[in-house]
Amino acid sequence: MPDPTTANLWHPIAACADTPVGTPQRTTLLDTPITYTLHGEGHATAASSSMLPVLIRYGYIWTSLGTPTADLFDIPEYAEPDRRRFNAASVSVHVSAPRAVENFLDMSHFPFVHTGILGAEPHTEVKEYDVETSAERDEVLATRCRFFQPQPSTAADQGAEVEYVYRVPHPNCAILYKSSVIDETRRDVIGIFVQPVSQERVRAHMLVCVLDDRSDDETIKRFQQTVFGQDKPILENQFPKRLPLDPRAESPVRADRVSIAYRRWLSAKGITYGVIPAA
Amino acid sequence: MITFYEDALCENCYAVRLLLHMLAVPYTSHFIELYPSRANLQPRFRAINPLAELPVIDDDGVIIAGAAPILVYLAAKHAPGTWYATDTPALAQVTHFLTLAERLSATVGAARRHESGFAPTDLPAAHTGATRLLRGLDAHLWFAEQQGNAWLLPTPHPTIADLACFPHVILCEEGGISRQPYPALRRWCDRVKRLPNFLVMPGVFLTAPPKTE
Repeated sequence: MPDPTTANLWHPIAACADTPVGTPQRTTLLDTPITYTLHGEGHATAASSSMLPVLIRYGYIWTSLGTPTADLFDIPEYAEPDRRRFNAASVSVHVSAPRAVENFLDMSHFPFVHTGILGAEPHTEVKEYDVETSAERDEVLATRCRFFQPQPSTAADQGAEVEYVYRVPHPNCAILYKSSVIDETRRDVIGIFVQPVSQERVRAHMLVCVLDDRSDDETIKRFQQTVFGQDKPILENQFPKRLPLDPRAESPVRADRVSIAYRRWLSAKGITYGVIPAA
Repeated sequence: MITFYEDALCENCYAVRLLLHMLAVPYTSHFIELYPSRANLQPRFRAINPLAELPVIDDDGVIIAGAAPILVYLAAKHAPGTWYATDTPALAQVTHFLTLAERLSATVGAARRHESGFAPTDLPAAHTGATRLLRGLDAHLWFAEQQGNAWLLPTPHPTIADLACFPHVILCEEGGISRQPYPALRRWCDRVKRLPNFLVMPGVFLTAPPKTE
């Protein structure tokens, strides 16, 4: 059984655009088989042994096995009409949800795993960045993250030093804000919304909400799926598959400051699902 | 100019992409997302391939579907005698491994598609079938190495037999199948990765270059 905090969270179960309308679909959330149906514009139902609460937000169907104590986090940029917004990928990965989130927050692997796209040797340094855990907003925030990227997005012609902000507003969801290559005053938004299938298996849904007036959806999807496909074998080879929350379990380096904050935040929430709790 | 209908994460498309790059044949790529949007089931793509399967090429109106037929078409057109065999026993041997690649796709590939969420399957049956084929392929390559041969066919140059089988073997761990028990297969994978114009796909990483003097 998931811990109460996890059970009461909203979790994504599918992208609306990828779900046939009017036909019941099956999926699994937190070891629980779920049947759901998308009925049409803005309406869906879901049930396990009883009816479940449903929310449609950011192009996804969300549900909860418990009683959600809070509304889903806000992404104000999603409402901006000139953005391209859609599910870029739904990828099954044999790993725990917090490991998947933590990988999304990590920059140090870019040159080695996403060679030629999100990083390249010798630009391997993770420069000093700031991390804050906000009690008021109940989220972890990493700012001033800078990294040289050969191909920051589908809208980019050349490499650039890109600035990132990472936001973790939900134990199994993270959002990154990345300087736009076509409008320096605004940021591309990419979200990873993880659906824990079990403690060691996930479906990771990736939202893009980007400024790109020249690439078609297929090009953006292929870019994101290529990057995600590169992460998959790395994630699946992490052991233990559950994220250890004991600070002594793994040896962090300076580049891991956001991971440390994330692990502490999960500990403070009393989360035990998909993690190895600190003794 | 060839139009290549493909999905970045599809292993059968990867076999074709590898040959296109190794032959340096120019093409334009058209992305058909298999999962989650299942763009291959749309009428627009069914008009090109009624079976709704990838990969497909359109070579100035000549439409060929399926990894093995495309590999045969491209290699016979652009590189007969090297990538594709022309003598009788070698033709049969190439066909043997193209057929084997289809069986790898139905077992190793099915396990991977199951784990990736593309398509559910009978996983234990897929693993049993995969183990049998990988063990056989490993033994074949071990004997080939003893004879001084690097590739699936006893030829100095690799053939489409190697490219047809390689994607399934190199991505098997995504289906929960380890390559650990198959040392000859692992050495062959490294040799394929060191071929000129080799190309990775998500889930496939480069190997170290061979030792130089």
